[in-house]
Amino acid sequence: MNRNALSRPVAAGALLTALALATPAALAGCGGDGGTAGGLAGSVLVDGSSTVAPLSKAAADIYREEQPKVNITVGTSGTGGGFEKFCKGETDVSNASRQIKDSEKAACAAANITYTELVVANDALTVVVNKANTWSECLTTAQLKKVWDQGSKVRSWKEVDPSFPDQRLDLFGPGTDSGTFDFFTAAINGKEDRSRADYTASENDNVLVQGVAGSTGGLGYFGFTYFEENADKLKAVKVDGGGGCVAPSVAAAQDGSYRPLSRPLYIYVSNQAMASKPQVRSFVEFYAGHIDEIVEETRYVPLTAAQKADLGAALDKAKG
Amino acid sequence: MTAPPAVLAAPAPSDPGAALTRRRVRVGETLFRLALLSCLVVAFAFLVWIVAFAIYRGWDRLDARLWENMPTGRVSRIEGAGVQSAITGTLWVIGTTALICLPIGILAAIYLEEYANNERWYNRLLELNIQNLAGVPSIIFGILGLGVIARAMGLGFTVLTASLILALLVLPIVIIATREAIRAVPQSIRQASYALGATRWQTISRQVLPIAVPGIATGSILALSRAIGEAAPLIMLGAVTYITFNPNGLDSAYTVLPVQIFSLVIEAQAGFQRLGAAAIVLLLGLLLLMNSLAIVVRNRFQKRW
Amino acid sequence: MSLRRGRRRPGERVIEALLVVAAAVSVATTVGIVVALVEPTVEFFAEVGVVEFLTGDRWTPTLDPRSYGVLPLLTSTIISTFIAVAIAIPLGLGSAIYLAEYASGRTRKALKPLLEILAGIPTVVYGFFALFALNSVLRSIWPGTDQPDFQNILVASIVMGIMIVPTVASLSEDAMTAVPESLRAGAYALASSKMQVAVRVVLPAAVSGIVASFVLGLSRAIGETMIVTIAGGLSSDHIELNPLRAAATMTAFIANIGQGDVPVDSLDYRSIFAVGSLLFGFTFALNALSIRLVRRFREVYE
Repeated sequence: MNRNALSRPVAAGALLTALALATPAALAGCGGDGGTAGGLAGSVLVDGSSTVAPLSKAAADIYREEQPKVNITVGTSGTGGGFEKFCKGETDVSNASRQIKDSEKAACAAANITYTELVVANDALTVVVNKANTWSECLTTAQLKKVWDQGSKVRSWKEVDPSFPDQRLDLFGPGTDSGTFDFFTAAINGKEDRSRADYTASENDNVLVQGVAGSTGGLGYFGFTYFEENADKLKAVKVDGGGGCVAPSVAAAQDGSYRPLSRPLYIYVSNQAMASKPQVRSFVEFYAGHIDEIVEETRYVPLTAAQKADLGAALDKAKG
Repeated sequence: MTAPPAVLAAPAPSDPGAALTRRRVRVGETLFRLALLSCLVVAFAFLVWIVAFAIYRGWDRLDARLWENMPTGRVSRIEGAGVQSAITGTLWVIGTTALICLPIGILAAIYLEEYANNERWYNRLLELNIQNLAGVPSIIFGILGLGVIARAMGLGFTVLTASLILALLVLPIVIIATREAIRAVPQSIRQASYALGATRWQTISRQVLPIAVPGIATGSILALSRAIGEAAPLIMLGAVTYITFNPNGLDSAYTVLPVQIFSLVIEAQAGFQRLGAAAIVLLLGLLLLMNSLAIVVRNRFQKRW
Repeated sequence: MSLRRGRRRPGERVIEALLVVAAAVSVATTVGIVVALVEPTVEFFAEVGVVEFLTGDRWTPTLDPRSYGVLPLLTSTIISTFIAVAIAIPLGLGSAIYLAEYASGRTRKALKPLLEILAGIPTVVYGFFALFALNSVLRSIWPGTDQPDFQNILVASIVMGIMIVPTVASLSEDAMTAVPESLRAGAYALASSKMQVAVRVVLPAAVSGIVASFVLGLSRAIGETMIVTIAGGLSSDHIELNPLRAAATMTAFIANIGQGDVPVDSLDYRSIFAVGSLLFGFTFALNALSIRLVRRFREVYE
């Protein structure tokens, strides 16, 4: 081995390193900016619930056509994770599938962050069963509670109602830490986090879809969009919340007849960010102003007239 | 690879007992060989199955749209969407990760193998520490990243933060594999070098390392392959799942393919899911490219003593 | 010993310092992890007793009635690791022996990189593969009426095992390839068969690298997150010994809460850190044990 022994490996290593370095540098030039209308620039940082994220993403997408130089990023750290970042000033807008909790309010106050709460859409939580399920067209909230309540030992459809066949009940639902779970348990079982534990839990709603579609006696619940996309594989159960059997639909959720499983979806906007970053203010105004178009792009349930009025008022207050 | 010299293959046939033994040995040999081969076959069967599964799901989205276009937030624009930001993000993050973890890992391995006195307690602790880190769940690195790197060190949620977390995650793999590669270099090489008056560093850099390159390359491949596919720590850090620009610096916001794939596959619309499946195939292709590059390096230098 | 030291130049000291710093990075990492874990863990244990945590058999931090006994997560982690390793070690070692001792040079060069691709498949892909592809097959071919659940530990562990095979195979194969040819030639000269050479000469000589690969594989199995999160299940309200049922491992639990909607400044969230600390301590103990084991192997064979 002589002086040149190291040269080849070193050359190889240098080549690899150079490639690793060159790639980012070469790609630094790649970056789409259309650059027609809109003179605003800068970043808008959105994060939070993955349920509300599609709305913010659609908003960002449409907004990008007007203001191509504004860099909007949308993250999905969860409602809680989103609030944590929001109340540390790390994000400008927080997506939330529930209202801000007291501990989170305190965190924001401690960091001198004030915010505006805006309701941007509704979600109709849908109870689904297998396509072969011909017996449970409609379930009352009492029956749902019987199935899902804490300590429930219901294992067969017959136990839900004697007229139902003796088919094994397979339950599917979101994880116990999710906002959807919190909402459903509060609405059906009377208290948040109160539920039986022996069901197939998953944060991935597609898994729940597959689960219910694959079990004759399957019963599950998740957001309306997931049912709509899989309407050919599943059946939505009409829910009787005291006012008769109501099927989940955009109309029913909007006029309030689909009770109690209709929930509002929020975004929280930092007042400080709106004041100091013109692009944030512009984005939020755009969001509110084009809310119908945005909701339609995501197939969520649009705001009622009353909710829209509230939205306008809240935004005016924030601006003023 | 030497085969047993034919001349010395078996003792000359002298009695029926020997012939029976020879046959038994041959059967045993064949069975053994078959068993080993079947191990490989099973592993490869799974590889084929997984790749086929990904291709089957993403087939109709495997075209230029994937890398030419940015993601979309609108259901009506799904067909025109791509994952360009995730591709460039992945390249930026992996490039930076390699730049951080390879030098540090290799140098640390050299220290442990060539310089450190094994009897000292602090060196043993160091060894234990590295071994331990190899098994720490990736998600805990996410916790480390969130609390210490992003917040306490003030690096925020940027390419550099992601690269640091991933580099620390795979560092033990680089160190352990490099150590094994260095250890495999025969002591005679070192002794000859010292006998010729070389210093320790000269011996290492000019004699030991070149021989150890193939093993180091293996370790680097394994490490970077792991890093390129990791989603958990970055999700813990806060996954950005919608970003329509490419990274423009180490302090830029970003997303990487595994995170983007994860978010696409769990969407409700089949269009997003298919895009995610196509992105999986793309990621596997990227992986293949990376592996091939390092293999070229390894094959050039592999030696058998 | 004096031979080891060699001549010393001033530049050598600088290099040595650099090397120590590099090694120290790993220490800094561990310190960082401990720092990140310690405070929230202490806050957690201020409210939940350590004994209750370590001996309770119901883990429901986000479900009423709240319970913080970690045993369900711990047992699921152990079971899934065990199954994964039971698959990875035979397949990995078998593949390695074949590649190192039986395959021709060209075959080896072609097959080894393909095997390494298996290592690079993103864990999310493995997870979805386990959930949708492997599990459907498993459920349809499973004999009897006690079918695997829709998400279960077995399918996640099988896929984890496959994922780890390249780690074991690649490093073992490197170790075996590095065994000097002279050892083999000597054995053949004594009329050994290929199998005998492989098992009695090469394996022992390469044992340090092989055992290191096992330990690395084991560590990887314990710490794997996405596969078990996606395909293993989320259930943790009782100790589940049957791998055909859905159950959450320690890592799956952390991943889930980490993505979730739980408010960050709450006991529920802080449970992540308690579980994280347990996991960290658990792998630490396991590794200390295995290092001692490896050292003993080396003493015997080298």
